[in-house]
Amino acid sequence: MVVKIRIPTPLQKLTDGKSEVESSGKTVIQLIDELEKKYSGIKERLCDEKGNIRRFINIFVNEKDIRFLKGQKTKLKNGDEISIIPAIAGG
Amino acid sequence: MSYVKSLKCRECGRTYPKKPIYVCEWCFGPLEVVYDYKRIKKVLTREKISSREKNLWRYKELLPIDKEPMVGLNSGFTPFFEAKNLSKVLGAKKIFIKDDSVNHPTLSFKDRVVAVALSKAKEFGFKTVACASTGNLANSVSSHSKQAGFNCYVFIPANLEKSKIVSSLIYGVNLIAVDGNYDDVNRLCGEIASKYKWAFVNVNLRPYYAEGSKTYGFEIVEQLGWRVPKHIIVPAASGSLLTKIYKGIKEFKQLGLIKKSDTKFHIAQADGCSPIVSALKQNCDIIKPVKPNTIAKSLAIGNPADGFYVIDIVKKTGGFGEVATDEEIVEGIKLLAETEGIFTETAGGVTVAVCKKLVESKKISKDEEIVICITGNGLKTQEAVENKIGRPIKIKPNIKSFEEEVRVWL
Repeated sequence: MVVKIRIPTPLQKLTDGKSEVESSGKTVIQLIDELEKKYSGIKERLCDEKGNIRRFINIFVNEKDIRFLKGQKTKLKNGDEISIIPAIAGG
Repeated sequence: MSYVKSLKCRECGRTYPKKPIYVCEWCFGPLEVVYDYKRIKKVLTREKISSREKNLWRYKELLPIDKEPMVGLNSGFTPFFEAKNLSKVLGAKKIFIKDDSVNHPTLSFKDRVVAVALSKAKEFGFKTVACASTGNLANSVSSHSKQAGFNCYVFIPANLEKSKIVSSLIYGVNLIAVDGNYDDVNRLCGEIASKYKWAFVNVNLRPYYAEGSKTYGFEIVEQLGWRVPKHIIVPAASGSLLTKIYKGIKEFKQLGLIKKSDTKFHIAQADGCSPIVSALKQNCDIIKPVKPNTIAKSLAIGNPADGFYVIDIVKKTGGFGEVATDEEIVEGIKLLAETEGIFTETAGGVTVAVCKKLVESKKISKDEEIVICITGNGLKTQEAVENKIGRPIKIKPNIKSFEEEVRVWL
């Protein structure tokens, strides 16, 4: 199973400049562990010391905020598209 | 001359150069403008500020520009006055109104942030400006972009009030109505902003843009006679305005322009979109995003970026958070209109309704001064009230018809 992840600019240095990568994982947090194997250092950027996703990072699975799903335990399936987006101010 | 030293992450403290960037590369925390207060203290006095023109640039040393301001030269310095009739009805001693419903040129507090953001966009050399908006920011960016000669792309949720759509389109900008709510628009703009090299005022210019809101607080202090009020009630969508009024007051204190800075900050949200107030009331560290369902569309942000900081400020200053239902919002709008003659938009209705609740529940003592923030104009959200007010009395053009149809009190 393969999912597509859109990488935000600040993290592209860790993904050899790629703005989109593919990986796998049954859940969002497992996906981050998988990414870490390939792109060392990415996990500590996305997660705090306790292993939770940092509070100013929003993760979307197929355009849905994972906080409306099961958070970092949100299940993933083949073909899902993941976006990692920093929180944005109001307007 | 610039007094800005750098940008700094509010979460981990890493510093960055003055560029159109908005998140910490390390932890994704928001970046904040850092000033050289020592140098500002040498040049900025009450007298100097008072001697300047009545617009928001009278505080320019505390705004993040390196050159002279170029856009929004007439924004700010809106009316501030004691609302005697409203105070009487609510049983409070002294309520003041800071009235940005008549801000120049597009009738909301967003004219402040856009003046700063587009001045900065000029400095950075951008040709195109853009924003994600619940309406007021869209109107302001559209208007200012034309005056300043930018190309302009404005992204809004498709279901906005008609008047907010017309008030953007009239400027001949590219208005993109996204099939989704504001949080969907924001997510999309986050992705567009990383692909296109535009000045997105609330994305990559956010650290500069947000600083413009400080002037709302500066003016309250100056117009109150160089002192702070005991209470201030601020409406919140993403929460940025409240955090910046707080920052502004702290800066004035640090510069010696005021002696005390002990204002209690209260936050007002709509019942149908109250992620910050809910977290406050539940004493919870996590802000759970919500799907907004409220007539207060300008406050309909379910995923508030500055929510954590708002909670921190409200708690440490001893304030409260409260919500207003749709019905209470309409009542709030009507109350302000019927007591003070001010027609505010739905966000203002939220603030008035929350003020009423906080006074009635004695969370705010009726003997203490309260400032309420009126941030937008009712002409833009007429749908919210049009079926809940009186109807015109129709008559024929003669005295008989007039006297038959209209009860005249002599």
